[in-house]
Amino acid sequence: MERETIIRGKAWVITDYKGNPIKDIDTDMIYHNKYLGITDINEMGKYAFGNLSNWEDFPLKAKEGDIIVTGEGFGQGSSRQQAVDCFISLGISAIVGESFAPIYLRNAINAGLLIIACPTITSNVITSDILEIDLENGIIKNLSSNKTLSFKKPHEIQMEIYRAGGLLRL
Amino acid sequence: MGENLLKKILKAHTKDEVKVGEIIWLDLDIITARDFGGPNVVKNFRKAYPDQKVVDNKRIFFTFDCNAPATTIKYAENQQTIKYAENQQLCRNFAKDQGIKVFDVNRGIGTHVMIEEGLALPGRTMVGTDSHFNILGSVGVFGIGMGDIDIAFAFRYGKIWLEVPESVKITIKGNLKYPATSKDLALYLLKEFSTAKLLGKSIEFFGPVIEKLKLYERITLASMATEMGAVISLIPPDNSVVSYLEERAKKELPTIMPDNDAQYEEEIEIDIGEIEPMIACPYKPDNVVSVKEVEGRPIDSVFIGSCTNGRVEDYKMVAEIVKGKKVASSVMAKVVPATKEVFNQLLKDGTIDILNDAGMIISNPGCGGCAEGQIGMTGTGEVQLSTSNRNFKGKQGKGETYLVSPVIAAISALKGEISLP
Ligand code: SF4
Repeated sequence: MERETIIRGKAWVITDYKGNPIKDIDTDMIYHNKYLGITDINEMGKYAFGNLSNWEDFPLKAKEGDIIVTGEGFGQGSSRQQAVDCFISLGISAIVGESFAPIYLRNAINAGLLIIACPTITSNVITSDILEIDLENGIIKNLSSNKTLSFKKPHEIQMEIYRAGGLLRL
Repeated sequence: MGENLLKKILKAHTKDEVKVGEIIWLDLDIITARDFGGPNVVKNFRKAYPDQKVVDNKRIFFTFDCNAPATTIKYAENQQTIKYAENQQLCRNFAKDQGIKVFDVNRGIGTHVMIEEGLALPGRTMVGTDSHFNILGSVGVFGIGMGDIDIAFAFRYGKIWLEVPESVKITIKGNLKYPATSKDLALYLLKEFSTAKLLGKSIEFFGPVIEKLKLYERITLASMATEMGAVISLIPPDNSVVSYLEERAKKELPTIMPDNDAQYEEEIEIDIGEIEPMIACPYKPDNVVSVKEVEGRPIDSVFIGSCTNGRVEDYKMVAEIVKGKKVASSVMAKVVPATKEVFNQLLKDGTIDILNDAGMIISNPGCGGCAEGQIGMTGTGEVQLSTSNRNFKGKQGKGETYLVSPVIAAISALKGEISLP
């Protein structure tokens, strides 16, 4: 399977009720330990952000191909793979965040979920903006505002894993 | 420009250019999975590579240490069940199919078994499903814990991808003197660095304090690199460590040392003076104060063991203190040797008798009460002194856990309160 290296999708900026990007969203907010017993990935989507206040209904709103945009320190906490798999289950095409917890980043890469650290993302995107991520060139275009942001393009090995659809498909 | 130990090890195990921040494919000498994480490795492997063989069944091992012997089912708070016995059997069956050796329950904590079996040798690269795998830095091994996808891939291809970390040289000066031990040194460093300063970095330890450390003390120090957030802490092996390992591996070992003019991204020098015994208060390993500050606090239980302080010498220090005395009647003192070999040694030289006569509970080897899900948990409100490495809420049960050295654990067990010798 060869995957596209230009991805277009609608952004969801994960913000609090004041509209500020939420920092340090941990794996229990992303995928609560109540549901760790579930082993079928198709079942996991409906619990994504199930423990993040104001975002409990995210699985109902998100559409296949959407892009999640987050603040600093996303994915801290436990090493649970489900916190990544729940987004794959929903068909989320990428997570772009200011920064990520190292284990979360590794889990996402290994699972073949596109994950991009871009420190300026939340100040340049609002929910519903259409983003175009150009992996080969390390560029994110906000098609709604015509802004262009750059990010450190993934290492060749990460690209290989992404193209294959996950480490175990290499 | 000279090369540091990390670079030397990585270079010998990859075709890619070893540059900080770049990603390389790292060839692995040994790959392990334990009873926690292992079952998911097996499931991932079977799904991704049905009917295929592991890369080399002589380089792969299972070590069962978490739940030993297994409880059938553990009901977690969330009513999710963890079927330890089933999980171990799943791994055993897979191991049989693939011709992989299992160090089964009772052999001991996986990383320690690797050292005792002469498998963890200086300069090697090793991974396992244990977040304290970097303990192997104590013998100059690049060892790291990984998730079950990584390990399943490593089972098949014998390699992992790795972002080359920055190297930090830490030189420790001063004097480590009884009753302070290498555990107190580790706690002192956690207090200094907290969990952020060394996050994602590779440490190399040097200096007069480090040079004097015996193998068991090196193990204690290296085990707490995880809590410091470091990828690995490498302690260049000295002659006595090398001869121990040579005896274990039954072969001569090549020396691997950093160059004298080795390059580091950062260099830190610390003078510890003469540190006093330290203690990490609930619920964070870096919540460290000197024992003096909390002396006299009543305790309910003591746990002496884990990959941090479960060696023969640790228990000998305890025996020295409790010999001919009794643990306070209000205290439950649990002893869980790290490995079967440690257990046997303690049995042979009479140490177990001393601990038993003092009223301590002696359990079979393994991780024991270290992580939740295993034997010997604490109840709500219970105050426990533990010689392990983590005191997060819930990690050792519902009680409050303080982290200390075996010396402080032993003396406090006798008095029924946090005490100094
Ligand atoms: S003793 Fe504790 S920290 Fe060490 S390997 Fe076992 S569970 Fe992990």
